Parts: sequence; structure tokens; C-alpha cells
Amino acid sequence: MCGIAALQITNPALRPQLGSLLNTMLCEVIERGPDSAGIAVYDNPALTDPDTTVLSLLGGEQALSPAGLASALERELPEAEVTVEVLGDTTFVSGQASSTELTAALETVLPGRDIIGRGRHVAVMKGVGNPRDVAEHHGLTSMTGTRGVAHTRMATESAVTAAGSHPFSVADDLCLVHNGSFSNHATIRRDLERQGVVFDSDNDSEVAARYLATRLTAGEELESALEHLGTVFDGFYTLVVTTRDGMAVVRDPISCKPAVVAVTDDWVAMASEFRALADLPGIDHAHVFEPEPGRVYTWRA
Amino acid sequence: MPTDLGTGLPPHCTALPRAASRPIPQIPEENSMTITDYSPAAPATPQAPPTPAQSGLRESATFDRATIADIQRAASTGIYDIRGWGAKRRLPHFDDLLFLGASMSRYPLEGYRERCNTAVVLGDRHASKPLHLDIPITIAGMSFGALSGQAKEALGTGASAVGTSTTTGDGGMTSEERGHSKTLVYQYLPSRYGMNPDDLRRADAIEVVLGQGAKPGGGGMLLGQKITERVAAMRTLPVGIDQRSACRHPDWTGPDDLEIKIGELREITDWEKPVYVKVGASRPYYDTALAVKSGADVVVVDGMQGGTAATQQVFIENVGIPTLAAIPEAVRALRDLGMHRKVQLIVSGGIRTGADVAKAMALGADAVAIGTAALIALGDNDPRYQAEYEALGSTAGFYDDFQDGRDPAGISTQDPALSSRLDPVEGGRRIANYLRVLTMEAQTIARACGKSDLRHLEPDDLVALTVEAAAMAKVPLAGTTWIPGAPSSTGVVV
Amino acid sequence: MTAVVQSTAVADPTGTVRGTGPVTATSTATVVDLAATSVRELNAALHDQADPTRNWIITHPAGRHNIAVGIDRDVTLRVDGHVGYFFAGMHQKGEVTVHGNAGQGLAENIMSGRVHVTGDASQSAAATGHGGLVVVEGNASARCGISMKGVDIVVGGNVGHMSAFMAQAGRMVVCGDAGENLGDSVYEARLYVRGQVASLGSDCVEKPMRQEHLAELAELLVSAGRDEDPADFRRYGSARTLYHFHSDNADAY
Repeated sequence: MCGIAALQITNPALRPQLGSLLNTMLCEVIERGPDSAGIAVYDNPALTDPDTTVLSLLGGEQALSPAGLASALERELPEAEVTVEVLGDTTFVSGQASSTELTAALETVLPGRDIIGRGRHVAVMKGVGNPRDVAEHHGLTSMTGTRGVAHTRMATESAVTAAGSHPFSVADDLCLVHNGSFSNHATIRRDLERQGVVFDSDNDSEVAARYLATRLTAGEELESALEHLGTVFDGFYTLVVTTRDGMAVVRDPISCKPAVVAVTDDWVAMASEFRALADLPGIDHAHVFEPEPGRVYTWRA
Repeated sequence: MPTDLGTGLPPHCTALPRAASRPIPQIPEENSMTITDYSPAAPATPQAPPTPAQSGLRESATFDRATIADIQRAASTGIYDIRGWGAKRRLPHFDDLLFLGASMSRYPLEGYRERCNTAVVLGDRHASKPLHLDIPITIAGMSFGALSGQAKEALGTGASAVGTSTTTGDGGMTSEERGHSKTLVYQYLPSRYGMNPDDLRRADAIEVVLGQGAKPGGGGMLLGQKITERVAAMRTLPVGIDQRSACRHPDWTGPDDLEIKIGELREITDWEKPVYVKVGASRPYYDTALAVKSGADVVVVDGMQGGTAATQQVFIENVGIPTLAAIPEAVRALRDLGMHRKVQLIVSGGIRTGADVAKAMALGADAVAIGTAALIALGDNDPRYQAEYEALGSTAGFYDDFQDGRDPAGISTQDPALSSRLDPVEGGRRIANYLRVLTMEAQTIARACGKSDLRHLEPDDLVALTVEAAAMAKVPLAGTTWIPGAPSSTGVVV
Repeated sequence: MTAVVQSTAVADPTGTVRGTGPVTATSTATVVDLAATSVRELNAALHDQADPTRNWIITHPAGRHNIAVGIDRDVTLRVDGHVGYFFAGMHQKGEVTVHGNAGQGLAENIMSGRVHVTGDASQSAAATGHGGLVVVEGNASARCGISMKGVDIVVGGNVGHMSAFMAQAGRMVVCGDAGENLGDSVYEARLYVRGQVASLGSDCVEKPMRQEHLAELAELLVSAGRDEDPADFRRYGSARTLYHFHSDNADAY
């Protein structure tokens, strides 16, 4: 069970404030999930570049030094121009290759790494412990970007580990965070595994992320894929899904877990509690509502 | 049809055959092939006609007589069977555990002389006024409504006489109950029937109820026969309706919200009262861990043998896990969080004897709660009401129609004529006696194991008689060092 | 609370909120700044029956939870800003007003007195309330009035899905629209809706608006400070077909 804070900025003038606004939101939902946290930031020029694939790896220290890792990867992918940067508890590996190629090369060089984010737009950071510290270690407040999502976690039926933290980013530039619990995820996991899908954690939310990624990869639109998710998954959930060009929110048909959305001309934000939205610029004139049960809301950048 | 007891019940109360449609149990045949619910057979006399087995008839183990009667009942009424009591099926239980006792390697305490502490403090994690109980055996939540006023009074006076607590139920607190119970735990239930901040303040502890062992995931139920004017007024319901309580709390869902809810209850009562969280045993490891994370002072885990006043039989018999299996998992969660003994664990569901008390505590409980056993102590299923049980389609030792409101013993009823049969003073004496016996029995065992405190009993004092019990209780099969499943059952999340 | 509490003369402690009843124009209020004082200290002071303070103003609530819960005396309290979960939970006697939005479980289990929110209320507003009046000028979201047991609720805007779910007693007035499954499994509560009802829940039916209903609705609207015309509302309540278990109702169970 968890706290969620998500923000998508439509007014370019506000993008330099993305990190500080998201950090403020995150700090208001810490009590909902003090075990661990995860953050995804889109289009931060310091971490991502549309011409390059970035993999976010769990852990700031790897078995190889950043330079050693970069040169080892370049031996595998001579054309890729790999760079490795460490920020807080996360290592970012960038290269001019597809995420599949980069992942395969990484598996050869450093087998068994936890890849917590992938794509050309998103950087994902996770950690165990107080969410405030996780944000601070990664310097969230100074980050610019187009959208971001932060999640604080109180583990229900799976272990408290950084890998089990949200968001789950299992396809390029796709992130999913979840508050609630699914009650038939084990069966869906088995179905997906039979189709060849490989899981990183025992977390029920990862099943939703993998399910969604499978449908999106097959060419389905996000709205439709989320509607299908609602027909297949049972349980209580509030989900926020972010992609390279938008953000979606959906709640289960009973909708017990909290969600508040605020929309202005400058941004759209969603949080588990209103207080996380209360300090956003222009909140007094925002359209504030709680998502209706089972309805998929999407906002394109 | 049931005997009309002249109780003035509304006419609809007889519209649905319940108890009356269930068969009067018969003594099984001597060579019966099936395990039945029924008590052992009397030996056939030489003059008796041949039994079905002697005649070559064979009863199905799958479709035994109780099953056949259930199918017939369903077909004739079109509605599921609703009854009281907990699971009646045979389950791995405390009977499948034995204490090792002391001899050469460990020394026993003198059984009648040397001190063996039974007192326990509950809820000292956050509350400024934790409960100090003289014995670790408490009375579980049972509502006024489900039980008569006389029964509630007897439980209150009996428990108070031996220095332990009673608990309200799904229906609010009565002034009589508050008056008779020195230490009263106020249940905070999904229905919030009769929920009142004044009662919250005059309670000694608050028990946030998520579920009970007889029906984890289900709400309460009280049928119209028992919704008298007073019960209806306490619950703000029309008189005589079939009450269906909510199964989820109306204003919070999940541990993240529960943490805030517990905070509210603490704020309202100025951080004085211990806050318990009660769950029906299903996933006790996670539920216990989440209750602790949500701020509970005490966790109550109720196994599937735990009783109820009224629930679908299919629910009682098929949902939840046995008490024996629940305790080690709850204790493991507390240990993993470093909170064992800091957040106290109360276990209920099928506690009958001092040996059961001692076994629950050896597995790691800080206290136990009794419900069904207390009702039996009060006179439930007493053979002296045999004729009346038969008139209701039951028999002494089998009566479970607590939903029906026609309890001959005057316990699970709101009928004035029936409830007046239970003398609350005598009932209180019986409850006190029974609690004293449970305590002395538990002490006897503890001393034999060399323990000067009931809470010094430990899993290492126990062995199991069956592989199932060994696996569930995580103690070795007697005479071996084998704990089935032990390597993968400690801390590994599958 | 000593350092941060100040007594101040205020012209009108309840501001411009409509229908909050008479206020003393020059009453003195104790101001509690929640940026400097804990909710626990505030609640302890509010619970102190010996405390003579009658008027309270709470500033910088910042969406904190459990503010002003368990009030059991005749105070007037105003909050400037947004409040979190369970604001004014189990409220008795006093009159409290929030100039802002309220989180989940607003005034849950209210017994008496009055709770007024000028903005929106999150889900389960006035849940299981036994008495008193809860007014939400904006919208109330899902499950408003769930298991209500005698409270009166007046919502100026819309209510979300499953509102008045299992409502046992009391009155709910919705000046806007009602979401899906209004009044599912309702017992004896009376529901008045001015706008559209997306759908009715099990056992909830529209009922004729008789004179006594128009009269009680008019009274509720006035007490909430509203000027809608009772004639524009429709009434809903229990069909009472689910009061007893019966196999014919299997579809509804």
C-alpha cells in the first residue's frame, strides 16, 4: 500500500521546476509508504537524450567502475558510444543502440543487474528507506523535465527491496505505479510467463506493468490496453501510467484506494491525497476531482 | 415445523426453514464407512435389527448423510445454510501437539508451590493506559444482540472476578456491559453499529476488527429473529430485518489508510487506550506485519475454528486457516520486525483447555481469547435441554443455530422468556470457575516445563504427533528432529 | 501550545460561510497555527472540557490528518486551508468550518453539531454519521454518506458513485448530480437529488415527493444556507425488498 505523486507539465516555462514540485508532492505522501520509494523523471537533459537509449540500473556501485563498464559495453557494441553515470543509488548507462541491444550487452558484461528503467526519455531511481532520502540522494529537486512520477511503498505481500519499489518500467519509456493490491495477479503472471515474459520481482504491480507492456508492444493504444487491464485484473487499485508522450490514471470499479487529480492549463497532477497537490502553482484555480471508478483518464503532453 | 415457543417473533421468522429443515442427527451404524459428525455409536444389541452395513449397504464417504441432507435442504429452500459456531470439520489442532516436560536435562518447578506468573500487560507500545490482566485468557468479542443481556452480564462478571477482559461485538456497547466488565475492549467494526465516541472514551481498549476466523473476508450477520426493538435501536435498523453487516470498513481500506485511522482513534481518546487490530487467519504473516506497520499495539489472530453467531456454513467450513497454522506465521512476522512481545499477540479459535492455552503461548502468543468455550461454560449445548434441542431439529452437543434466536440455554437469543433462563450470577460464577481451571491447567504444564511465567513457554517445549501439525506449528515430529518444510518456510517469500 | 497560541479579536470567526448560524461579531478566538503546533496538541486542547475558549481558528492545516477529531463541547472552530483524512471525526456538539477541501472520511461517525466545508470533500464523507449536519458546498466524491445512521448531509455540488451505500437513517440532499449506484442497499435513509442520477443501486427506488418531504427538504436547505427550490428535487429511498433473505433476490446478493 502506497502513496503516489505524478506531475506532467504542459507549460514549457515550468519544466525547470519539475523536480522541485515533484519532490514537494512526494514528501506529502511519505507516511503512506515509508518502506521504500521510486521516482521516474522524463526528458531531463542531464540524464536522457532522445537520440540515445538509457538504462537505469539499481545501485550506485557496480562490480565495474563507470569507465570500466563503459569500455566493456563498447567492446560488445562498438558503434554505441556508451557512457555511464552514477547518480545516488542509480547507475545510468547510455548508448546509441536499442534497449534490447544494450540490455543484452549489459547481461554479458555484468550479469544479473536489476534494470529499473529503460528508454530514450525516462530515468528511473529507486531506494529502500525514507522516500525523502531517496529523492535527496538523487538530487530530485534540481531536475528539469516534462513529467515525473514518485511512489512511496508499504509492502503488502512482497519483500521490501529496492527492486520491488515502483515504478515498474518494463518497456521503453513506460512506467507504472500502483496503490492497492491485485487479487488474481498470480494467474496472470503464469499466463504471461507461458508467453515468454520474464519477471524481475515477486510484486503484483509488476504483473500489471508486464501485462500492459505486452499489449502496448503488440500495438494497442494505452487507453484500450488499460481498459483491457480492468477486465482481466481483480482487486483494488489506483494506477498511474506514464509514457514518452503522456500520462494516464485509472482506478478499479470499486475505487477504495484514494486518488485526486488536478488539471490546469500548465500541468496535470495526480496524488493519493490532496495535500500533495496543495502547493502546486495555480492549484486554487485548478479543476480538482477524484477519478471515477473504472474510467481511464489520459493526458497527452 | 419448529415448536412455537410463543416468543412473539414476527411472522417471517418461520418463513424460511433453517434449523427445522436440518436432519435430527442419528447415531451412525457400527460399521459405517464414513467419518461423520456424530458421536460414537452404542454397541448394537443382539436383538437389534441388522445395520445397513450388515445388510451389505455402503455409505458414500463423499456423499455422506450430512452432505445428502445439505443438498436436500438447499434444493428445498433455495438459500444457503446459515448457522453459528466455527468450523466443525476435523483440522490439525492443539490436540496434535504434546509438551516435552522437564526431567534430567531441564528441571521442573514445584507444581503446587513455586511461582508461575500468569499476568500480562497488553498494549504498552503507544498507549498511556495499557491493560494489566491477571491471566492471559480473555473473552472474545460477542455482541449484545448475538448474545442475550444475561449472557453478556455473566461473561463480564466472570471475567472481572479473575482479572481479565471481555470484548463488545458488532452492535455497540451497552451500559450493563460496561458496568459488569472491569476491563472492556470496544470493537471498532465495519458496520459501526452503535459506534459512539462516548463509549470509545469509556472503553479500556479499542479493537479494530478486520475480520474473524469463522469468516475472513466476510461481514457480520444477524437474522431478523434477533433484531428486537432494543437491538434494532442500537444498530439504527428496522425491527426484524435480516441484518447484513459490511465486510470492509466504510472510510478506509488497506494499511496506508489504517495507519491514519488508528491515529484518529488515538487522537479522539488522547492516546490513552491500546489499539488492537483483529484479523481472521488467512495470510497471518502479511496481516500481522501490516497491522504492526499501521501502528497497532496488539494484534489479534483468530483461526478458522473461531466461532460466529451467524454465517453461511460454506464460509465457516471453507475459508481461513487453522489456528495452529496461523500462530507461527504471526509470530514470524513480529520477530522479523523485531516486535515480538513489544506488540502483543492474542490468539483465538478453538481454545478449550489449559493445555490449549499453554500450547498457543508456547508457539508465541502473549494471550488467548475464548468465545465458544465460554458459551459452553455458560450452559450452551447442555444435555438438560435435550428435549428442546430435539424440538428445534438438533440435539445436545450439536446445536449451532445461534442465528435462530431460540437458544434453549438462553445464551444466543433475545427472547425474554428464554434469556431469563440464564442466571447471570450463576453464569458469572461458572465463567470464573472455567477461567481459573484454564489458568491452573496452563500453569501446571508450564511448571512441568520449568517455566516461572506462562510466556516463558517456547516452541522448543513442543513436539507434534502428526506430520501436518509438525509442518503447521513448525515443531518437530515427536521423536525426530524433523520439521516438515522448515528450510523454505522461514523467511522466504514465494 | 503556549508559544504559538494567541488570542485575537476577530470580526467574524466564521467568515462569509452561509448558514453557519449566529456568531458574535466581536468574539475572541484562539488561533492555532498548525505549522508550529502539532495536531495532537490541538486536539488535546479541544478535548479539555475545562478550557473556556469557545472560538478557535486553525491556520496552516496543510492537509494534515485527524484535525479536530473527537470534539465534544460547544465550540466554534474555523480552519483556513485544506484538511486531510477524518477531519472532525466523531464530532459532537460544536460547529466547525473548513475554508478549503476535506480529505477522506470527513466527519465520519458525527453524532451532533455541524461540520461545514466550503470546498470539496473526498470519499466517504459523513460515513456512518449518527446525527448532526454535514454541509459540503462543493462536490463530495464516492460513497458519500455510506452506512449513514441519522446524520443529515447537504452537498452543494455532485456526489460520487455508491453514495448513501447501505444508508440506514438520516437525510442526504444533493443539489447537483449523483454518480452510479445511488443508495445501494439503502435502509430507511431519505435521499433528495436535484440533478441527474447516473443509476440507482440495488433496492433503491424513486419515491413520490409528498408535502412532508418538501417541508423537510426546505428546512434542510435553509439550515445549510442554500437557496435551491425544493420543488426541483426528486426523492429516493428503499424498496425494502432486500430486508429479508430470499432466494428470489439472489441476483442482488
